Amino acid sequence: MTQIDVNTFVGTYPYRDIGAWTAEALVRVCIDAGTTSAWVSHLSAAYWSDPAGGNAALFGLAAAHGILRPVAAVHPGRPGWEAVLAEARARRAPAIRCDASWYGLEPAGSEMRSLLEASADHDIPVMMCVRLEDLRQRHPNDVTPDLQPATIRQLIRHAPRARLIVTHADREFIEQVHFGSTPEEASRILWDISCIWGPPEDHLELLLGTVGIERFIYGTGIPLRLAETTAAKIDLLGLDAHARRRLLSENLTGFGVE
Amino acid sequence: MLIDVHAHFYQPAGARADWAERNASRLKAGATIGITRHVASILGTWGRTSPTYFPSPADVCAGNDALLALMAQHPRLISGYACVNPNYTDHALNEIARCLAAGMIGIKLAASRRADDPLVDPVAQAGARHRVPILHHVWQHRRREWPGQEASDGVELVRLARRHPGSAFILAHIGGGGEWTHTLAAARRVDNVYIDLSGSGVDRGMLEACINAVGPTRLLWGCDITMCTGWAKLRRLERILSPADYDCVCWRNAAAIFPAGAFDQ
Repeated sequence: MTQIDVNTFVGTYPYRDIGAWTAEALVRVCIDAGTTSAWVSHLSAAYWSDPAGGNAALFGLAAAHGILRPVAAVHPGRPGWEAVLAEARARRAPAIRCDASWYGLEPAGSEMRSLLEASADHDIPVMMCVRLEDLRQRHPNDVTPDLQPATIRQLIRHAPRARLIVTHADREFIEQVHFGSTPEEASRILWDISCIWGPPEDHLELLLGTVGIERFIYGTGIPLRLAETTAAKIDLLGLDAHARRRLLSENLTGFGVE
Repeated sequence: MLIDVHAHFYQPAGARADWAERNASRLKAGATIGITRHVASILGTWGRTSPTYFPSPADVCAGNDALLALMAQHPRLISGYACVNPNYTDHALNEIARCLAAGMIGIKLAASRRADDPLVDPVAQAGARHRVPILHHVWQHRRREWPGQEASDGVELVRLARRHPGSAFILAHIGGGGEWTHTLAAARRVDNVYIDLSGSGVDRGMLEACINAVGPTRLLWGCDITMCTGWAKLRRLERILSPADYDCVCWRNAAAIFPAGAFDQ
């Protein structure tokens, strides 16, 4: 069964020792988890002044490992960002990512709005992360604000053809965006399920019913999170094969991602 | 056998209207995961008539009574911790005696009083006297006060444990938020502190660090309020531990610190 993990990283993390985390290690973990395609972002570069500095490495890894697909980072506050976006498209990146808070950008400011418009022109979704670690465990120097639901609502309204993929969101975040948007706006957002709780709170089961299964996709957050978590969450849902396929890959196809 | 040493149930007098659904969901998910015993607590009325982490004596009793009722409904599946508030010393000691006599097998201390406060000593002594473990809510590296609770961290629980070497302490939810390496450094050489692996945190490398810090004989498997993360950790443990050590974490270690026969089927 095709299983696409949209939420993986290579590189190092400044706030915690994650060991020697190489592309080979990522591929090994993905294969063990049954993943057939992993969208990979550059974790180290997320903290660089120019996060696009990790893109070349991602393109190289994708060329070397057929299972990996590069999620190139674009910083719309830096000169030449349009070319970075165009290169990502040319290199068949399934999405680009822009984490405004990490880059020091106004999350729904003019640069982000420009990026959303351009991403629509290039017909490529923009990935954003709500948070990498929850507030309780952050390093004292990690004061990056979480992505806010209002930001997503503003961005999706601003760029009528843009598509967003949001990772690491919880139930409350998703509900505030989904039900604070028109059906058309909401149809342009996908949510990875890495941080939605299963039983006994059953947030994921609830959201599949209220928001709709078509809005959710498989993501793990490795290497910061255990890959086993998302699989366990899905297994606890007791889905039939069709619903499982939708979560694992088909919802991405329905979203227009190659 | 698979023992969840950190489970919670809700109750009709509590703050949640969906208490029965959540309880049923826990049991259903437990059956899927293979949990053979939920060792659980109910923290008063979960905030309805007194704060979750500072339950009034009346709410403490109400929560424990509700848990005893659940135990009666599921005698081979649910066991209980007597939840107490150590600020009410006499009430806490009487409640421990009452609940253990009624079949509970442990004591639950949430966050009503800092773990190293002398006021907690009588409860720790009661644990030793009754030969039951004490599950203590812990915030991994608490750098400041957090609202709604007087949370303790690993260093503070270790101080209590050193004062009471005859008591067994379960350090709650290493994955429950906070900086867990701080906790592991504190608990490394304190043999009467057992690390409970529950919590929503699923940091890659955390389980390996726990094994390295205290060894597989001082680890206890549990879920707390997110069972998918508990199952994920179980899957990971199965890959990184020998079968014998895996059994220790799943149930043998628990069987060794809870009263004899507590988990007989």
